[in-house]
Amino acid sequence: MNPAPFAYQRAESVQEAISLLQEHGESAKLIAGGHSLLPIMKLRLAEPEQLIDIGRIAELRGVRRDGDALVIGALTTHRQVATDPAITGAAPLLTETASRVGDRQVRNRGTIGGALAHADAASDYPAAILALEATMTAQGPNGTRQIAASDFFVDFLTSALQPDEVLTEIRIPVLPGGTGWSYQKLANQASGYAIVGVAALVTLDGDVARDVRIGVTGASPVAWRAAAIEDALRGAALDEAAVTRAAALAGEGVEMLDDLHGSAAYRTRVTRGLMQRALLEAAGRARG
Amino acid sequence: MRVPIRLTVNGVEREAVVEPRKLLVQFLRDDLGLTGAHIGCETSQCGACTVLLDGDAVKSCTILAVQVDGASVTTIEGLAPAGTLHPVQRAFWDEHGLQCGFCTPGMVLSTVALLAEDPDPSEAAVRHGLEGNICRCTGYQNIVLAVRAAAAALQHGAEAEPITG
Repeated sequence: MNPAPFAYQRAESVQEAISLLQEHGESAKLIAGGHSLLPIMKLRLAEPEQLIDIGRIAELRGVRRDGDALVIGALTTHRQVATDPAITGAAPLLTETASRVGDRQVRNRGTIGGALAHADAASDYPAAILALEATMTAQGPNGTRQIAASDFFVDFLTSALQPDEVLTEIRIPVLPGGTGWSYQKLANQASGYAIVGVAALVTLDGDVARDVRIGVTGASPVAWRAAAIEDALRGAALDEAAVTRAAALAGEGVEMLDDLHGSAAYRTRVTRGLMQRALLEAAGRARG
Repeated sequence: MRVPIRLTVNGVEREAVVEPRKLLVQFLRDDLGLTGAHIGCETSQCGACTVLLDGDAVKSCTILAVQVDGASVTTIEGLAPAGTLHPVQRAFWDEHGLQCGFCTPGMVLSTVALLAEDPDPSEAAVRHGLEGNICRCTGYQNIVLAVRAAAAALQHGAEAEPITG
């Protein structure tokens, strides 16, 4: 099972990758780990004429602190995200999410930048990226711009990146102390993709929730923030009754996927169940 | 378009000129005759094509041969010298950690990578560590026993030994 034929070129820098993207236009695709792109190329859902390999660009690697933000290079593999102590210290929600991506071999090869740029509806990261209010740095011919998580996931397999832009890094604001986290996922047993994944962050002030943030992936064509549930719980005591009551309304008015992995009604029920679990676990961790 | 690549496979320097769309598993099997890397699902799910790339377990059906230019690849053929069994292979033999054998090369290489990182994994860690390898015979019980036996053997300094019955 091969992809359709294509030409291949390795870019040695982000600038070179952008020049190549400009030269080849929409017939070109970037490849890094290839674990999002190659599967859809084999299925001929994508048939780029030119692959530009950015997998060896050193400036896209690494994890660093920049003031109150954690900055993760786009080429950081899922395994590195899942094991990097700086990420675990500042954004354990992302650690937990990355450890649930695919399987060991996939995590060794796939990159966080590739997964996000691909914007697969069943990808794990969007839930955490939305809840963490991360920003994506895109570099293009006219310089760099920051894209907020809430603007980044546009549609099914469509991110806000332009065809001549390279996603270079992911910036995550470091959370205040007393914040608990949880990622709950119902995985497809064969692929490991999320049928539904719910990420929750809870910051407590005494017994009440000062802040609640919830991201949902897998359930819908595009990942979403459960803003109504967050509003209902902000300022409330996060006991089981309150959480269950709030989560029971999750998915109202949201378009749910309806496919062979689960009907829309099933996904709605699973979303509510996982959201309840995620909120209770995050609240428990926030209590310490 | 064809692209020159140079890589180390099972300790041997190899040079080739490949079509960009050639998958690593096809390069290993068709160009180098290393048929131990099996093609199962071809969708990066089953793990039958698992090889070690610079020591890490990866699925060679989802990597282009051109992407591994300059790297070092180990397949099941290169795990131990000819006529000998690596301690992990020996443990799979002793514990009957295979039925039809199709998934075995991938299982063994994933086990080698797992034990390099975690020399004494719990049963749960073994099952989690091998989640990317599917045994269609469902012979998981003995596979887990084999991994635990291999871990114990390696901790006692076991090395590759000649094949005996």
